[in-house]
Amino acid sequence: MTTQAEMQIAPSAHAHVERKWWHYFTFCEDHKVIGLQYLVTAFFFYAIGGALATAIRTELATPASDFVSPNTYNSLLTLHGTIMIFLWIIPAGAGLANYLIPLMVGARDMAFPKMNAMAFWMVPPAGLMLVLSFFLESPQAGWTSYPPLSLMTGKVGEGIWIFSLLISGTSSILGAINFLVTILKMRVPTMTIHKMPLFCWSMLATAGLILVGTPVLAGALILLAFDLLAGTSFFNPMGGGDPIVYQHMFWFYSHPAVYIMVLPLFGAISEILPVHARKPIFGYKAIAYSSLVISFLGLIVWAHHMFTSGTPAWLRMFFMITTMIIAVPTGIKVFGWLATIWGGKISYNSAMLFAMGFIAVFVIGGITGVMLAAVPFDIHVHDTYFVVAHLHYVLFGGSVFGIYAAIYHWFPKITGRMVNETLGQIHFVLTFIGMNLTFMPMHELGLMGMNRRIAFYDARFTSLNQLATVGSYILAVSTVPFLINAVWSWMKGAKATDNPWNALTLEWQTSSPPAIENFEVLPVLTTGPYDYGEHQSEEGKLPPGASPALSGSSSGS
Amino acid sequence: MQGTVDPNKAALNYHNEEVAAPPHEEHPDLRLFGLLVFLGAESMIFLGLFVAYLTFRAVYPSWPPEGTPERELALPAINTVILITSSFIIHNADTAIKKNDVKGLRIWFSITAIMGAVFLMGQLYEYSKLEFGLTTNLYASTFYVLTGFHGLHVFLGVCLILAVLWRAQKAGHYSDQEHFGVEAAELYWHFVDVVWIVLFILLYIL
Repeated sequence: MTTQAEMQIAPSAHAHVERKWWHYFTFCEDHKVIGLQYLVTAFFFYAIGGALATAIRTELATPASDFVSPNTYNSLLTLHGTIMIFLWIIPAGAGLANYLIPLMVGARDMAFPKMNAMAFWMVPPAGLMLVLSFFLESPQAGWTSYPPLSLMTGKVGEGIWIFSLLISGTSSILGAINFLVTILKMRVPTMTIHKMPLFCWSMLATAGLILVGTPVLAGALILLAFDLLAGTSFFNPMGGGDPIVYQHMFWFYSHPAVYIMVLPLFGAISEILPVHARKPIFGYKAIAYSSLVISFLGLIVWAHHMFTSGTPAWLRMFFMITTMIIAVPTGIKVFGWLATIWGGKISYNSAMLFAMGFIAVFVIGGITGVMLAAVPFDIHVHDTYFVVAHLHYVLFGGSVFGIYAAIYHWFPKITGRMVNETLGQIHFVLTFIGMNLTFMPMHELGLMGMNRRIAFYDARFTSLNQLATVGSYILAVSTVPFLINAVWSWMKGAKATDNPWNALTLEWQTSSPPAIENFEVLPVLTTGPYDYGEHQSEEGKLPPGASPALSGSSSGS
Repeated sequence: MQGTVDPNKAALNYHNEEVAAPPHEEHPDLRLFGLLVFLGAESMIFLGLFVAYLTFRAVYPSWPPEGTPERELALPAINTVILITSSFIIHNADTAIKKNDVKGLRIWFSITAIMGAVFLMGQLYEYSKLEFGLTTNLYASTFYVLTGFHGLHVFLGVCLILAVLWRAQKAGHYSDQEHFGVEAAELYWHFVDVVWIVLFILLYIL
């Protein structure tokens, strides 16, 4: 089999040095250690955020506010949103990027390893601070923290929230500098930009968004902190300030943040589908450049969150149009993925199931996104459960499914052991059912007019809410087979070969787990990253429908 | 790069380097590029704050609000001249170190650090003379937060320059070949300078 790289294996001493377990608790500059630190830390916070979500759904199982007090409910809601976004999905994406980018581009490490470690070590304090605030005085103003509400719900909690976000934002920026510089400057000499794996393209787009968006959020948070702690009135209408300015600054980051959360997984899906369908990716350049288009358009759509904030009609029109246009590059990706698996030799393993589940549920979230972009419809369902349903289809159905797919796909590389497929499939089935059962009824609830973020509701919404609550319990249970699988396979799973999936990208051309500096000898590309079925004699002929001209492989090889 | 690199040759190359210089080949120095990316991100904080300022200004009925005490223009104008001049001064250090002239580097960096300190002191003197405080009104708040946030960056820039001066005590720490620290401090100083020019126009001229 021809691989993307033909390597000259020269035995040498440092290939056999292994990481000890305690390395993972230290300030280690190895990108693979940092990647795992990110992933495990993120999953830890995911468990906390998930427990909060389960508590929220338990409260909402009955119309009255009986499980927790309304104030506690507000805290649960605020912490759930903040933790899931800033401490689960964004760090998990950073973890995958840290682990994979240097391996994929054939580098020995990130461009700035020390800064990389610094970026990671900002996450645990930021997260713990936020979690501990629950026992002190927790923030209650929602993850958006709109003033003047956020200025009235308690200084300590809100102050902790701001400080925690400033730290995790700084971490995010430092990480993004590393991704950007590594991808642009540290590829092996034979890897031209159009031979780069699509995950790197999507991380390039993500890093750009982080670097442009996050500092503006930091600016907003600094001003909010002054309002809260020093008594200024930037955003406080009582002192002549303008809360709308906060909304603009907040969403200038926080809308791109949804792309920061989903683009890395778009990239992961683009890696996973061709490998397990044994076909070249359909439309390499289209998928690659659509990431950049998404990140550019993502920067000019933010005010669609503010259609009911007194935004003038002409401005609403502009943001409605740009928002709808985003469906085009996203659609290009989805059609590229579908064409990739079309007629492929698909292995229905856990990674592939989650990847295909990703497409299915993400498309639903995408369609409701286009619905919400329409100003009249948005005004109607603003602040209802329809929005909650939409965002969870995108963030749970998109990002979380993508993260699971990525974990199953790269697990053999990271640990050197295979996962248990049966447990993985049970995990997928439970997650897929639980996810749809939890969030599908929320569309209906939103259209019926149930407001979000409130601890109690009208009795006529009860049955659908109970359905969602049952779904959330299934979701909670679904992580059990995953955890058992991950821990057990890591310890005792079957040994994985260096390239168990017969994949072509560079991370599979080194040992599993990779040696400390990744490659014995820097690899040289001999094929494109997705040339499945083209040069692999045992795989048969080019499958019908595959277009080598678009796969990015025909050039230069 | 495509088509110009013979894969076999490249492999041979890497192989040779591997043998010649264990353990591994070094990648080119990317620190300056990294710093540029970082400054790009930092300028977004300022851009965000500037746009917020302009919005407040546009939305407010009158700007500065009625009854706000007058501000003096002479002192900030002198400060501006000092900061802009220092950007030219610090560049001489770069020229000096490229000729391996460490003494020149020390002199020019010291002058820049002093000018930076004078700027900061001028800023503090201006604060002490002003007749409005941080929370007087929205106008006052934006003024203090914007100039204060920039002042923090000037302070950081002075610290960077002093750090380079500290390291330059050791002979051979900086040379015509190896002087990233010098370039980084200079680049940061130019950044701080450019931000001030925009800030000065926004706060004092407009």
